[in-house]
Amino acid sequence: MELQTTIYIFVGLSFALYLGIAFWARAGSTSEFYVAGGGVHPIANGMATAADWMSAASFISMAGLIANLGYGGAVFLMGWTGGYVLLAMLLAPYLRKFGKFTVPEFIGDRFYSKTARNVGVLCLLVASLTYIIGQMTGVGVTFARFLGVTSDQGIYIGMAIVFMYAVFGGMKGITYTQVAQYCVLIAAYLVPAFFISLNLTGNFLPQLGLGSNMAGTDVSLLSKLDQVVTELGFSEYTTTANGSLLNMFFYTVSLMIGTAGLPHVIVRFFTVPKVADARASAGWALVFIALLYTTAPAVGAMAKMNLHGTMNSAVGLTTGPAGQLRVNPDVLKANGDLYATEASLVYEERPDWMKRWEKTGLLKWEDKNADGRIQYYNDKSKNEVAKGKADAAGWKGNELTVNADIIVLANPEIAKLPNWVIALVAAGGLAAALSTAAGLLLAISSAISHDLIKGAINPGISEKGELMAGKISMAVAIFVAGYLGLNPPGFAAGTVALAFGIAASTIFPALMMGIFSKTVSDKGAIAGMLSGLFVTLFYVFAHKGLFFVKGTDFVDMVGGVNGFFGISPEAFGTVGAIINFAVAFLVSKMGAPVPRHIQELVESVRVPKGAGGATGH
Amino acid sequence: MATDNNAKAYWSATLGLLTKVLVIWFLVSYGAGILFADALNSFHLGGYPLGFWFAQQGSIYVFIVLIFWYASQMGKIDRKFGMQED
Repeated sequence: MELQTTIYIFVGLSFALYLGIAFWARAGSTSEFYVAGGGVHPIANGMATAADWMSAASFISMAGLIANLGYGGAVFLMGWTGGYVLLAMLLAPYLRKFGKFTVPEFIGDRFYSKTARNVGVLCLLVASLTYIIGQMTGVGVTFARFLGVTSDQGIYIGMAIVFMYAVFGGMKGITYTQVAQYCVLIAAYLVPAFFISLNLTGNFLPQLGLGSNMAGTDVSLLSKLDQVVTELGFSEYTTTANGSLLNMFFYTVSLMIGTAGLPHVIVRFFTVPKVADARASAGWALVFIALLYTTAPAVGAMAKMNLHGTMNSAVGLTTGPAGQLRVNPDVLKANGDLYATEASLVYEERPDWMKRWEKTGLLKWEDKNADGRIQYYNDKSKNEVAKGKADAAGWKGNELTVNADIIVLANPEIAKLPNWVIALVAAGGLAAALSTAAGLLLAISSAISHDLIKGAINPGISEKGELMAGKISMAVAIFVAGYLGLNPPGFAAGTVALAFGIAASTIFPALMMGIFSKTVSDKGAIAGMLSGLFVTLFYVFAHKGLFFVKGTDFVDMVGGVNGFFGISPEAFGTVGAIINFAVAFLVSKMGAPVPRHIQELVESVRVPKGAGGATGH
Repeated sequence: MATDNNAKAYWSATLGLLTKVLVIWFLVSYGAGILFADALNSFHLGGYPLGFWFAQQGSIYVFIVLIFWYASQMGKIDRKFGMQED
């Protein structure tokens, strides 16, 4: 069957499944709309959380990032998983015991202040909206690549689908849809990884394959990769850090506490029946996330190996009978000269997948030394040996540029897997983008309908009225998200830093202090959140421009790009969080003590006994 | 007062468990994965340099075990102090 037809069938079937589930699990009450009626099994909730959490970026971009960064890619792996330990122990069970619908609601009640609640809503909206822009553009790109529509049309289709199952299903529909989406996306991620790991190492489990020897040799995959990339002038794969060690440290902290503070993830733990379930559910979520996150480093490293092996025959990979890449043990062990003329791939003999991806512009070749061969190396290397060899071989600069996002999407093509696998990856990428977009939309709409409309504007609203308001604000949020996806403010890369930075520097500290301290007061919490927000915004805008407008950056004010100990803007949420904690404690110390009944509220949140279902009042 | 003391003892048992979990969490990720990764890389686990393994695989496995261990220990603490849900 034609590849395109197979893709239509796979994507169509998966959408029919999601919509069917949404219809079956449609929400009839506010409780079902916000927290799925509170009766979700911890394992199902874990799967839904995993789908909610693993966005188009995790699915499509992360393996490519790791391939480029090598060891430094660990900040994403540890940061985006370690946060679940914090969530399980520090936040989830206590917020579940508190038993209300939303994160700002806890902040407002614990800090006995409408202002605190509104600041919470503001932080939640900024974090979720910046995050959703990236999701919508991801939906557009994935649809465009696989359905042959334009990126704009892709976003319209995505909006329509999310609209149908999110607006009618609410949290209940989203939760069960996400369980299905998780199954699709994880299958799509693992199947090609199994094939590739088997081809390269003879071990089909990628987690073991990454630590194995190349098939038929006694050379380990990682040491071979280290050798190839350093000889070609790149930095060593297994040791190169992401900035300084201090930066790596702060980056990881920022992603961990940002993960634990992202409202659309926290809200998940309001949907389980018991406090004990909230603890275990975080564990299940991490199991399902880890299936992808422990595979990603293998996918990254093996894709890098495959890429070098395709471009340079001296690496020791060859094409097998079915067209897939295989190890050629003798060539591999010989450590042949990567700079030999005949080693570089002749452009006219390039494989089909390269031709296909050249059309998308994500893969480019430029024959700088006019020899008709592809030279792929690091021409900006500080490695004098590599430089000398390249000059001696008559290489005039790197000729191949590869967009990191190709790595997952093209993986099955590179490995020459059957069409159904490629179609499965298409369905998986869409599932990842749609499920995260839906989760974010729900967090946004509940902040508007529950925290703003019911909490601040019209407290007397009926349940029916609130449900309608929730659905309308969800619909509006979809249009805003779609609009921002169609007209992205030109800063897609910076948005994730901002979303995590804000969650890390405002929401996480506020929740933690609310649970673990009885002395932090309303004024302390408000001052803490605002100063954390301000400091983080200031630093991110300093590097990326005021509200991400190009040319308005003021990075010199913070000592240049390498100022402030070389901490990158993505890592700065940690500093914002520290400032938040410090300011909150100082201000609380100076002002009036926390009232007696709030201290009792904190005490009751700390014990599981007497937890009922989550309620709105 | 008896219930107050019980609640206090429950909370300090909880914090004790939290401290243990957080220390391990810190040691495997920030310790083995970042601060001491270079030194650990001179050891190998199969074809993995050990520091690299902790950073890209090992810490994640430990995180999972930690959460389930924490959940089961908390269950015991809940029952010991009579704080479990009905």
